[in-house]
Amino acid sequence: MATHTLRAKRRRSALRTVAFLSPWLIGFGVFFAYPLVSTVYFSLMKYDGFGTPVFRGLDNWSYVFQDYPMFWPALRNTLWLVLVMVTCRVVFGLGVGLLITKIKTGVGVFRTLFYLPYLAPPVAATLAFVFLLNPGTGPVNSVLGDLGLPAPGWFTDPAWSKPALTALALWGVGDLMVIFMAALLDVPKEQYEAAELDGASAWKRFRYVTLPNISPIVMFAVVTGVIQTMQYYTQPLVAGKVASGVIGGSGQQFEPGYPDKSTLTLPQLVYNLGFQRFDYGSACVVALVLFALAMAFTALLMRRRGGLIQAGD
Amino acid sequence: MTQVLERPVRPAAPTAAERTARRRAVLEWIAVHSLGVAAALFFVLPFVFVVLTSLMSDQQALTRDLIPRTWEWGNYAQVFDTPGFLTWWRNTLLYAGLGTVLTVVSSVPVAYALAKFRFRGRNLTLMLVVSMMMLPPQVVIIPMYLFWAKQLDLSGTLWPLIIPMAFGDAFSIFLLRQFLTTIPDEYLDAAKVDGCGELRTLLRVVLPMAKPGIAAVALFQFFYAWNDYFGPQIYASENPGAWTLSYGLESFKGAHHTDWNLTMAATVLVMAPVILVFFFAQKAFVEGVTLTGVKG
Repeated sequence: MATHTLRAKRRRSALRTVAFLSPWLIGFGVFFAYPLVSTVYFSLMKYDGFGTPVFRGLDNWSYVFQDYPMFWPALRNTLWLVLVMVTCRVVFGLGVGLLITKIKTGVGVFRTLFYLPYLAPPVAATLAFVFLLNPGTGPVNSVLGDLGLPAPGWFTDPAWSKPALTALALWGVGDLMVIFMAALLDVPKEQYEAAELDGASAWKRFRYVTLPNISPIVMFAVVTGVIQTMQYYTQPLVAGKVASGVIGGSGQQFEPGYPDKSTLTLPQLVYNLGFQRFDYGSACVVALVLFALAMAFTALLMRRRGGLIQAGD
Repeated sequence: MTQVLERPVRPAAPTAAERTARRRAVLEWIAVHSLGVAAALFFVLPFVFVVLTSLMSDQQALTRDLIPRTWEWGNYAQVFDTPGFLTWWRNTLLYAGLGTVLTVVSSVPVAYALAKFRFRGRNLTLMLVVSMMMLPPQVVIIPMYLFWAKQLDLSGTLWPLIIPMAFGDAFSIFLLRQFLTTIPDEYLDAAKVDGCGELRTLLRVVLPMAKPGIAAVALFQFFYAWNDYFGPQIYASENPGAWTLSYGLESFKGAHHTDWNLTMAATVLVMAPVILVFFFAQKAFVEGVTLTGVKG
């Protein structure tokens, strides 16, 4: 009798758990597991959306790695963005976070002003920056010209398009600023006081007190920054389109990457292969490369011991 | 009062060390606040230039001028009169509004289970949620597109973007779960002692306490839909009647390729609602950013 009610109770609690999880369980199956398996399947098929898919083995894979002219430039750009853009964003975000913790007068106003650009919708922000950095008449080059400084071509020059995107990313550094601000305020005050008594300079206090305390957050910012770079899509695509001047209603004619493939990123290749060239098989190959990269860094984030996101107690 | 009483007891003249310390504090104040002003200029000037350009004549917007000679407020009326612009507004509100409601309703129970139930596979579930959160949407877009367009014939609408939100959003689940774990178990136990089942506990006890977390999730989701460009590009591009503001804005630039003044006015109109919402809900928003970032 006792075991019977116990079992019934356990079954009820299992049912209850499933009921609460059910929206996600369906979502996981339909929008994650099934399409992921399907992506692997299509990566081995020749398929243009009509007729039936034809098995082609690893043909799509060798096409993407050997013959598709956009793959390696996109991967090189991604590496550049990881090394330069992510680093700049973390350093700048930390700097702005530090600055905010030092500001004594009007801190609320400063914080709001620093944070606002992060909220600007990406398409709008990109349009604004293409205008601001427009080489001929844009305000930035006007000011640079007045100061007698060289005026680069920004979004129209392959050597300057990624630095221009980096400027846009630095403008939207508000998310990192808030995270670093919270971390900096959590550093125990006594440690600073002790260091000050020992006569440590400002730099030494930063190096030996601040940094060790916030290093997990720095790591978190770096890893999520890398993952965001894997997803970097809207800004480079819109910047390329707008700067090139080629925008039709449907955007089908525009080959991403302007100028000279310098703004290509991996997600844009999925779009280019799948929705412009209708080569769904090769698009799925790039999608799987993207998946592998994103998951590798997500695993870093979740490593159980010393992981940055603890999965639970 | 105390100040007046204490005044006669004047402190001894500051020593040389104290004077340098005070001077250093003043210098530091000046240095920090000048840096602050410089940074504020970097963050604010792009907005200022965009707004100024949006008020220029089309001729002047093509020059190097920074300040409008005549203030053309009519530019904004002209943007609203653009065919389609109001439709994009309506579509964006539908996508963002309905999507947000569906996301909150479907994500709360999942997050609650992950935060408060003990069951086998809980950690695995949470890890899968985080993986989904980090997954670039392009990874599964080919099968998803085929599913929505070929099997359900829904391309040219926003439904392929709205319907999935009824099945829990990974980011929202994660954020809410982080929030709900901070609610002490005692409250839930007390509710159960009073005879509440899990559902009633969730609705009567947990939800009122989770308001800040829910507000943060709703805001993030609203902004996500408002800003989304990839989704509408894939599913709605073939039908201008289904475009959203973020997607339509780009084609607006295409249609007015030399009218930077009008394009900047449209840009302001796409940015403004987000910034207005932020001012009304600043606290919830910043709380959300910190929750997902720091507390594990």
